[in-house]
Formats: sequence, structure tokens, C-alpha cells
Amino acid sequence: MMMVDDSLRELYQEVILDHSRHPRHFGPLEHATHNGEGYNPLCGDKVKVHLMVDGENRISDIKFEGRGCAISQASASLMTDMIVGRNVKEAEKLMDSFVHLVKGEDVGDLNEDDRDRLNVMAGVSAYPMRVKCATLAWHTMKSALEGGVPAKSE
Amino acid sequence: MSFVPPISDFPILSREINGKRLAYLDSAASAQKPKAVLDAMREFATTEYANVHRGVHTLAAAATGRYEAARARVARFLNAKYADEIVFTRGGTEALNLVSYAFLSPRISAGDEIVVTKMEHHSNIVPWHFMRERKRAVLKWVEVRDDGSMNPSAFQAAITPKTKLVAVTHMSNVLGTVNPLKEIIAIAHAKGVPVVVDGCQGAVHEIVDVQDLDADFYAFTGHKLYGPTGIGVLYGKRAHLKGMRPFNGGGEMIQEVTEARITYADPPARFEAGTPPIIEAVGLAAAIDYFEGLGRAAVKEHEAAIYAYAREAVRQFNWLHVIGEAPDKGAILSFHTEGMHAHDLATILDNEGVAVRAGHHCAQILMERFDVTSTTRASFALYSTREDVDSLIAGLAKARKILG
Repeated sequence: MMMVDDSLRELYQEVILDHSRHPRHFGPLEHATHNGEGYNPLCGDKVKVHLMVDGENRISDIKFEGRGCAISQASASLMTDMIVGRNVKEAEKLMDSFVHLVKGEDVGDLNEDDRDRLNVMAGVSAYPMRVKCATLAWHTMKSALEGGVPAKSE
Repeated sequence: MSFVPPISDFPILSREINGKRLAYLDSAASAQKPKAVLDAMREFATTEYANVHRGVHTLAAAATGRYEAARARVARFLNAKYADEIVFTRGGTEALNLVSYAFLSPRISAGDEIVVTKMEHHSNIVPWHFMRERKRAVLKWVEVRDDGSMNPSAFQAAITPKTKLVAVTHMSNVLGTVNPLKEIIAIAHAKGVPVVVDGCQGAVHEIVDVQDLDADFYAFTGHKLYGPTGIGVLYGKRAHLKGMRPFNGGGEMIQEVTEARITYADPPARFEAGTPPIIEAVGLAAAIDYFEGLGRAAVKEHEAAIYAYAREAVRQFNWLHVIGEAPDKGAILSFHTEGMHAHDLATILDNEGVAVRAGHHCAQILMERFDVTSTTRASFALYSTREDVDSLIAGLAKARKILG
């Protein structure tokens, strides 16, 4: 059993705080091919995700906008870092793994590098009320790829 | 001060959260229940329970007696003139929806106006938006001052010959502001406009006298008043209730049903279709007995002292900004924090055993008014202590260390 303070430290570890203070790929994206808007009704946070998908279904660029808690900002920042350059199918698969991870479920088949990078968010699974914060940007990314229907964090 | 918070009356307050002493500072969302309420409900359910207003057997008579006694108890609590002015609902939300559907809807048409304040909880906004959607009514918003107070004369300006209703909260669930209801109601009545009051916080923290206020409707919920969930109250002036159409249709709200027509029961039964929250009504009456037994003035004074202690203590944090500093306000401390999101803060506070609310508090119009997406709210109750505030302060300092 982890001590409470340990699980808190894992949740707010340096990598997460760094992502949230200095988010990567933050801002608007000119000539985006896909745009999504996500909303967390629990806290009122909103996030926008803009993607540039090329002719080979590869995500050539991605940006996000919006303000939220440290968990949602870090998760969005990490997501943009990880999916840029991948094709759409891979990005969606990574999202599935991420959603499983933050719920404390089996992430399935995932290469070691991706597993390590996603793992910084694993601490969220000890805080079920915060899962929606962590998944908001990912759901928004998916809804953008599916045509931009407003996403809600589930 | 003579009032000692009766913590031992509330079994849940002795439990630990994450290995720490629980400091429950979320009573504005829902209050904890004293043993007296839980015992009364159990005692009733195990000795006198049956359905009400049906059947002639002994238990049916006993349960009906207890249910109607609860109604009379609520009437005394609000100083209503008649017990039949008290309608039991499933909560404060249903009570306000009842006014929208059964009172306002038949009286409002396209272009008519509803005056609403910007500090309302969504439950006192959405039922009026329904009228906008369904009847093409117009919502007119009354502004909140920077300190969180309301200017009564703003109602003077907002109410026009087209206004059909004024909807206003007794006490804001975010700002803690206690509104000058009597003055607002007098302004509205001078123009012939009825007023519905959301009393979900007001009934808990203020002393309510619906006759003195001259309120047309006053809605509140049981669970914030140390009572059970699943029950609320709509007080309505007898003349209004008598002229209103039914809300839900079903058993108990009719006089006669034939193949060709129906006639409706008199109020309050007309608005209580189906089996009502019977055990909850008994619990609510017990909560009122308990609460009033402590002395409402003493409780109010105690809460004000705890609030003042907390307000003073947070001054040490120059990164914390309180929202809601109206001269007349109840024991609710809402704030936003520079560089820290309310949800992160609430998670860290929870690790310290401190339960607060973080978010928009079902008051998004108000959040927009104060240009924040969310706030953290510590709300105090009759069982709150200085120790709870100390835990909050220690938690805030810790959060700053982790996130700052």
C-alpha cells in the first residue's frame, strides 16, 4: 500500500508539473485540417486541439489551446509530444492505452518507449475523480479526427 | 462563546480520510446528517411505515399522521400561514421546476420577461431557460456588484410591464451573499410581479419567515438542512397553488378519474403525484427539530465566527483571492488561487482530510461574471470548528509548496 503522500508525489511529479508549467505545442495552428473542442463539465475547463493530417493519414502537426488543471494541461502537452508524426490509427491506439492506464487497467500491447512515456500519468489511477481531467485532451483529439463533434471527457 | 459545535451528534465526522482527521468543508453541497435524523427515519421505518393517504389499516393511518405532521413542522419552520401551502417535492430543483411548469408556463407567452440574477444556481436558471425555449420568453439578467452584493434598485430597472416573474436566491451558494429579499419582493410586488425564492442555502443559514418576506414561492432542499436526500419543499401562497395546474400526473393528485375526464385534488396533494418521500419527510422534520433545538440564532453566530476566523487566516496567502465580500453574507468562502487550479488544490486538500468543492458550483453565469472558470469553496456549517479551518490553512500551504 502506497502512503498517501507518495501517491500525491507520484501524481504531481516533476515531469507533470513541468509539462503543465511549460506546455509543449501550445497555441493556435494555422491551416489545421482537423479541429476539436473539449469540455469538462465537472470543472468548466475547455481545451481545443488542432491537427494537421497529411495525405498519408499522418499527423504532421498538432497544437492545443485552453487552460485547465495541472493534470489536464500536462496530459495535453504529453499527448501532443507523443502523437506528432504518427499516423491516425497509431494515435488512436495510443489514446486507448492511455485511457486504460489512467483508469488503472491493462494498457495492452505497447512498445517500451511509449509505455515509459505514458507511465508518468499512471499516478492518476489512484484518483478516480481526476481521470476526466487526464483524458479530456485525448478525447478532444479523437473527436477532432472524427470530424470535430464537441468532446466530453468520459 | 456559549455555542459548542455538537460534533459527536454527527457519526461521520469521527472518521478519518486518508489517515487524517476529516475537515468537512463542503456542507453547501450537502450537509452531514445527525444521528437524530438517522434514528428518526429508522424508528419510523421499523415501527409505523406504510403508504400514505391510502388504506384504512393502522399503519396507513400512523404513516399518514407522521407525513402530515412533517408538513406542519415545515410550515412552522418557514412561518407559513397554512400547512397546505407546503408541497413536498424530490428536492429544491424539482420545487423550482414545479413553479416553472405549473405556475409560469400557462401565464407566459412570447416576448414576456423573466427577471433572473447572475448569481443564481443552475437550478434557478435552467427552468426559466425552458420558458425561453418553449414559450419564447426573454430572460433579463440582474447584475451582481464587484463585492458580490445585489443592488435592489437594479430590480426596479429590470422589471417592466412584460415581466411575469422574478427569480432570486436568498443566499448565493458561491458568494455567500444574502440578498435583501424583503426589499426586492416589495419592488416586484409594487409592479404586480410575483417572486420565487431559491432558499436552498438561505433556509440553512438564515431565519426564514415567508409571511414577513411576502414571498410568493420559497423552495429549499432537505439534504443541505442536515436532512435526507430525496426530499425538498416548495412553499407557495395558497391562492397561487389553488390556481395552478398539476405538475406530474398519477396517483394521489386526482379527485376523480373517468374515461372521459379527470378532476384534480386540492393543493398540496395536486402536486404530489405518486408515492411521496415518506421516510424522508419524517427525516426532514427530525432535522428541523434538531436544528431549531440548537437555536438558529446561536448557530448563525457560530458560523459567522468560523467564517471570520477563516477569512482572516487566508489573508496570509497573497496568491489567494476571495470572491464574495458582500457586507451581508453567510459562511461560504470561495476563492481562486494564482498558479493553482481549483481541482489540483482540492486533490491535495483531500489528501490532508479536507473536503472542499472545486469547480463552477453550478453557477457558470456567475463564474463568467467574475471571469474565472472555477473556484475553490469552503463552506461552513453548525458542526464546523476552528480546527477545520486550521486544517484548510495547512493544506493550502502544502498545496502551494507542491504546485507553486
